[in-house]
Amino acid sequence: MRHYDQATFSEDDSPVYERLLSEKFGTEVAVEDTPLPDELTRDTLELPAPAEPELSRHYVRLSQQNYAVETGPYPLGSCTMKYNPPFTEDVAADPSGMVHPDRSAESVQGNLELLYQLQEYLAEIGGMADVTLQPPAGAAGEFTGNRIAAAYHEAHDEGHRSEVVVPDTAHGTNPASAAMAGYDVVEIPSGEDGRVDLEALEAAVGEDTALFMLTNPNTLGLFERDIEEIAEVVHEAGGLVYYDGANLNALLGRARPGDMGYDIMHYNVHKTFATPHGGGGPGAGPVGVVDELTDFLPNPQVDKQGEDFELVEPEQTIGKVHDFKGNWLVLIKAMAYIARLGDSGLCDTSASAVLNANYLAEQIDLEIPFDPFHHEFVASAGDLDASNMAKRMLDFGVHPPTTKWPEIVSQALMTEPTEAESKQSLDQLADAFNGAFNAGDEELSSAPHRTTARRIDQADAARNPRLSWHALDDE
Amino acid sequence: MSRSPFAPNAEADESAMLDAVGVSDVEELFDIPEKDRFDGEFDIEARSEPEVKALVSDMLAENDDLTEFMGRGYYDHYVPSVVDRLSMRSEFLTSYTQYQPEVTQGFLQALFEYQSILVELTGLPVANASMYDTASGLAEAALLASRIRQADGTVVLIPDYVRGDRVSVLENYIAGHDIQIERFATDDGTAGLDALEAAIDDETLMVYVESPTTRGTIEEHLEAIGDFAHDHDAMFTVGSDPVAMAILEAPGDLGADVVVGEAVLGMPNAYGMGLGIFATRDDYLRHVPGRLIGIGDDQDGNRAFTLTLQTREQHIRRERATSNICTNQAWVALRMAMHASQLGPDGLTDLATEMVELPRQLAGELDELPGIEAPVHDRHHFREFVARTDEPAESIVDELESAGFAVQAVDEHELQFTVTETNQHAIPDLVAAVEEVVA
Repeated sequence: MRHYDQATFSEDDSPVYERLLSEKFGTEVAVEDTPLPDELTRDTLELPAPAEPELSRHYVRLSQQNYAVETGPYPLGSCTMKYNPPFTEDVAADPSGMVHPDRSAESVQGNLELLYQLQEYLAEIGGMADVTLQPPAGAAGEFTGNRIAAAYHEAHDEGHRSEVVVPDTAHGTNPASAAMAGYDVVEIPSGEDGRVDLEALEAAVGEDTALFMLTNPNTLGLFERDIEEIAEVVHEAGGLVYYDGANLNALLGRARPGDMGYDIMHYNVHKTFATPHGGGGPGAGPVGVVDELTDFLPNPQVDKQGEDFELVEPEQTIGKVHDFKGNWLVLIKAMAYIARLGDSGLCDTSASAVLNANYLAEQIDLEIPFDPFHHEFVASAGDLDASNMAKRMLDFGVHPPTTKWPEIVSQALMTEPTEAESKQSLDQLADAFNGAFNAGDEELSSAPHRTTARRIDQADAARNPRLSWHALDDE
Repeated sequence: MSRSPFAPNAEADESAMLDAVGVSDVEELFDIPEKDRFDGEFDIEARSEPEVKALVSDMLAENDDLTEFMGRGYYDHYVPSVVDRLSMRSEFLTSYTQYQPEVTQGFLQALFEYQSILVELTGLPVANASMYDTASGLAEAALLASRIRQADGTVVLIPDYVRGDRVSVLENYIAGHDIQIERFATDDGTAGLDALEAAIDDETLMVYVESPTTRGTIEEHLEAIGDFAHDHDAMFTVGSDPVAMAILEAPGDLGADVVVGEAVLGMPNAYGMGLGIFATRDDYLRHVPGRLIGIGDDQDGNRAFTLTLQTREQHIRRERATSNICTNQAWVALRMAMHASQLGPDGLTDLATEMVELPRQLAGELDELPGIEAPVHDRHHFREFVARTDEPAESIVDELESAGFAVQAVDEHELQFTVTETNQHAIPDLVAAVEEVVA
């Protein structure tokens, strides 16, 4: 069995001690002799001032105290933490592409060609008519999709449509994005089989429905087999159907949202297309739409006229959703990844991802109430607390799954190993599941032991918020 | 079928796995109705790694190699190699949001340090772990204002110098809410106090100004503007950036309730990719959008870092969350903290001082030329300034482009020039080119 000891750096008084930059290097300087009048300038500035070798050691130590895909398996459900091929970093670092976003279209034909190519790739992969690359994250893509739906309804004198419908297993960003776009959110309960309940959907949609948001395979990993009927129900009520691209990895090359009746979708390129998640971002959330909706896409779109690439304003555009052109470096990496894999690699990706999830599921002792699942499954920790189980899994040198969600499964562990794990690594992951699942209460509640920090008191952190070193000065 | 180079299972393993699952072919695992199936033919050719590198570098080589003097909200500062080297460590680059803080102390501490640097620069006690850009920060500030003072007005006042793209993003975010935007006039490149006084009333929800502004001017009356806003129970939001704030009086000390802006540090020119900063007062802590890193003791009583106040966020609060933001720009925040620390307070204030001197120098040289007057505004400038031209600005931009320079036209007879440490070496050549074009 694999055990794990994450880096700690000890001083006598603390086993995990690593001083803050401010404690080690905080330096206050007087701000004087600037070319500005004194009344406009500050008096002092305090920042860290480590010498460069000290700076390097500081961050190398911090990196050693951080778990990552290149440390071990990272099976967070719906997060698709797959391997991020380093060649894409080299491709993105090309200085020729490092230009100002306001450059004339004529002078950045290379950037525009790359963006156009990515628009085309993504449209083909999703079965969509056109794609905007501007949204800087998946949730921003959802928001953009909601705005496109609103603009579409307004253009058809249907601006009164005020509701977005989501299943109870929808990712939290779905209702949050709809609310941000000003919609009332209507949540429908899943059917007994874990899929959309057509009757509940029929009852929920009507003349107020603007949009129905649904990922597929859904959060339980199940393919929504009634997707065409679902789309028909929503369309008949006058609404549009939105595909949350978080789970697209399962479908690559095997099915396309645009062929199933979806009207709008976003792609999480930091999931499906292997751009690194960077500890929380940046991502990119391109949005694809069917023919009827292309006029509403954000401004500008990249278009090709003859041999030239140009920036065009869609006729009924919703306007901008990012200050500039979105997360360019992320988009280059996604484009390079797709170009590397091609049709065969993309198809193999979904095959391997689905096989890996099914194999892992076979190796663990936990109940998995809903199947047949694809790239992810939701196991139940049964009588155990899923969070405790997750903490114990950390000691086995793996990252645990997403815990306690979706709520449709009691003590849920939402697990997505991705195609990037080998059989051996899946076996280790299974050992961690089973080791934690079969552990005693004391072993679970005291975990983790072998990590940089032990279990952290979340309630106290929230009750007594200390959000900067300034807040620590008072202690 | 040829394999993905990033899916490591060998064929022998695969057949053992299929046996374990109890199927003979992986296709049996796909529970997709026949009518929804796709044949897998995207017509995308698989390429080797060097082929992809060549493909992309050939494409990007089509860009014209211009010396840029461009800004207006997006700036190029030199990013030291140490920032690239350290931030590219895969322990940082390939990690996810810190849902398991016990194994992600390193990134959490780095983000805590980022927040602290922002607190110091903005003069506000709460900074989140990043927004996408200035525009989304501005939009979130407006939504925060409407949550806090729902009863008190619906109008966001924006000076007319603010970048149109930014206002367009704001319009999208407020479209579904009872919030309206009103623009007010600029007075010689900064917010017009008379125009603001005429526009502001009890319907005002928020006042937004920038310093430095999109036109490169430094706002001299932030405190008075803040007082106007507060006299009408409106929120006061200031757009700025960490380099400028290194020498300018902290907006939080001048009455700003929220500070937004581009981080500028840590990310060189990347076709608009950056990082939005967001800082605010303690009073609004539980309304803040996005991730916050805090401190909590671990089981052994040691100081440890963790995501905190997560009940504000979408994965818990769903449609009642303070924002939909999930993925943010964390890795850019890491780079920003590295860059700021590499510079230190002396390096950063020196850089900021240079950003006052350089536009002064370039404007002075351009002003000597016939056919161009620079700067247009009798203000202090930061990095950039607007110049007035006799000839139409667009045609000057085109001619300068042919001569190898990229500058921005901002009105029929107005050009904007931005100068930092990365392009200052080209000032003489630029001035010579402008002389030729405007003469």
